[in-house]
Amino acid sequence: MATKLTPDQMQSYWGKTSKLMWTILALWFFFSFVVHFFAPSLNGIRILGFPLGFYMAAQGSLIAFLAMCFYNAKAQNAIDEEFGVSDE
Amino acid sequence: MSYAVGGSNFINNLGRIYAMYTGTFAGFVVLIGILEWMGVPSTILGYLYIFLTIGVYALIGVLSRTAEVSEYYVAGRSVPAFYNGMATGADWMSAASFIGMAGSLYFGGYGGLAFVLGWTGGYVLVSILMAPYLRKFGQYTVPDFFGARYGGNAARTLAVIVLIMASFTYVVAQIVGVGVITARFLGMEYKLACFVGLIGILVCSLLGGMKAVTWTQVAQYIILIIAYLIPAIVMSFKLTGVPIPQLMYGFALEKIEVLEKTLGVAQGHAAAFVDAKGQYSATAMWNYFALIFCLMLGTASLPHILMRYFTTPSVRQARDSVAWSLFFIFLLYFTAPAYAAFAKLEVYQNLIGTPIDKLPGWVATWGRPGLALVGACDAANAAQLFPICAGVKGNADGILQLNEFRIHTDAIVLATPEIAGLPYVITGLVAAGGLAAALSTADGLLLAIANALSHDVYYKMIDPAADTKRRLVISRVLLLIVAVIAAYTAGELGADILFLVSWAFSIAASGLFAGLVLGIWWKRCGNAAGVWGVAAGFATCMFFLVATEFYGPWVKSAMSWMGDIQIVKARGRDVAYIWGINNISVGIFGIPVAFLVQWIVGKMSEPASQDMQDFIDSIRVPAGEVKSIEGAAAH
Repeated sequence: MATKLTPDQMQSYWGKTSKLMWTILALWFFFSFVVHFFAPSLNGIRILGFPLGFYMAAQGSLIAFLAMCFYNAKAQNAIDEEFGVSDE
Repeated sequence: MSYAVGGSNFINNLGRIYAMYTGTFAGFVVLIGILEWMGVPSTILGYLYIFLTIGVYALIGVLSRTAEVSEYYVAGRSVPAFYNGMATGADWMSAASFIGMAGSLYFGGYGGLAFVLGWTGGYVLVSILMAPYLRKFGQYTVPDFFGARYGGNAARTLAVIVLIMASFTYVVAQIVGVGVITARFLGMEYKLACFVGLIGILVCSLLGGMKAVTWTQVAQYIILIIAYLIPAIVMSFKLTGVPIPQLMYGFALEKIEVLEKTLGVAQGHAAAFVDAKGQYSATAMWNYFALIFCLMLGTASLPHILMRYFTTPSVRQARDSVAWSLFFIFLLYFTAPAYAAFAKLEVYQNLIGTPIDKLPGWVATWGRPGLALVGACDAANAAQLFPICAGVKGNADGILQLNEFRIHTDAIVLATPEIAGLPYVITGLVAAGGLAAALSTADGLLLAIANALSHDVYYKMIDPAADTKRRLVISRVLLLIVAVIAAYTAGELGADILFLVSWAFSIAASGLFAGLVLGIWWKRCGNAAGVWGVAAGFATCMFFLVATEFYGPWVKSAMSWMGDIQIVKARGRDVAYIWGINNISVGIFGIPVAFLVQWIVGKMSEPASQDMQDFIDSIRVPAGEVKSIEGAAAH
């Protein structure tokens, strides 16, 4: 299991890991700040009684955060297994 | 077969054990319901709830007693991802989340959602930037990481100072929460209640350290989430006919909006970034984002949360565990706005405009002297019946007007069972849930402080030759001392210190966030840069915090070069708001300074040694040994 990565493999492994990190960080930034910037306009739209701007801050972004955490765990596990460096 | 807590039989049967526990707890609630039906007075039911739940936590604490360092500090690294998620949920959700948040949403409407967002989004950062790497690093405390990564005791000491400042501020707020609940339900004097609560905290953590705290926190999570969901579900069923509060409060929001127009409320509940007159306000928007930013980065820096991810069996499970943590936290946080909306609808629709002599019973119950959480302040002598009415002038027409109604933040969650027409047994359950939330967070925080003092200060810096027995004794003595100081401080400070919680986030984020992130993600960053980054971020945060809070007028005159500075009356002081930003978000100054200083010093000074870079490579990959380095030597 504990095969040591060559410097090239390490670079490629960390490249993929970093790319995943930046992707999710960008999504995090969008759902934490960008979408709420438009809350006053989004509130004009109503779904099941919820003004959309309010809904995004009360539930929408939270669901997105949850999805991001589960996706990150899954995607990073896939990268670990591709390089044979998973610790399980 | 033995089921010793933490043993392999225990770990393999967790599902069955906690299912049995949940069943027993449900049976206990039914039993109290029967006692209530038989006419047992509610004070006795309150005592039963509080002492029986604390008794269970104490039992788990005693069963988890340990003499092993690894069990004491990191629960033997045997906590599966799912259960670590539950324990983190209880560790995370404090009295402020459980009792205070729905109230803040009731008053703040959209503005209060900054807490909902800020206290969840940070877990994304924990997941992608920190948890897996700290787990691979595999030591005992967060200052351990600073000591190893930035070359020794200077960085370790600074991290310990930040940890203690942030965690102590936070733990005082928790003991206040425990004191308020205990005082309210047992009719005990508040200061005494703080020390009774302290016993509840110590019985779980003192004997078994992290191992005991972990398995108690799982038990506490189960109680707190049941207690939080039941009243909201019944309330939703009562008002909308569908028992799914999270889905149905949209209709409540719609009705609130109509009623706001009739009642003449300018600041709409769901309206984003508006001032008291209902006009769009850029300052409201910047405050909203500043608070979210500080709370999220603080989440990813608070040591009592990060150290929970030291306890999983593997790096992979540490990552899964972050996702489960957020899931269990989400269950409560996406219900909180429903509480606020239903309570507001009930008040606007069924309470305002009611003749004073026909008010529902819960107004009198929660308004009486001693509780003073609600008030119908119509008559001139209303303050005699409702102490909260002091200073409110009613028009004495015998009808409750909107401006004559007063309600305390804490009442939203505590009174909802009665508003929904539920018996006292559920009110008591909510109190037990609030107590579980406050105790579990206090446990985690006290352990973080005591571990930093015993492991980082005593063992790593004063007496590295100390044997296991001595280390654990020192650790327990320190835990006791810190706990007593915290309870004393809480007793002296009194109730209104929830702003302390927000400060704790700003302090942790300013001091630790940049050092943690750059330590893992910037391989060439040298030792000096890390030390200066932590010092600069922490010092900046503390300077702005102390100056704006205690020397507001001085800030206004001496620092006018920074731009617009206002003086706002808060907590009986003249507090300075720089650029209109509330000083609970003081991290917006500390965090950028920490990054900037660490980056500049890092570019100018010597880069990390090859050994250090190899060490970082070794914690970036889940498999394989961690390269040993000064300060990270095998334990």
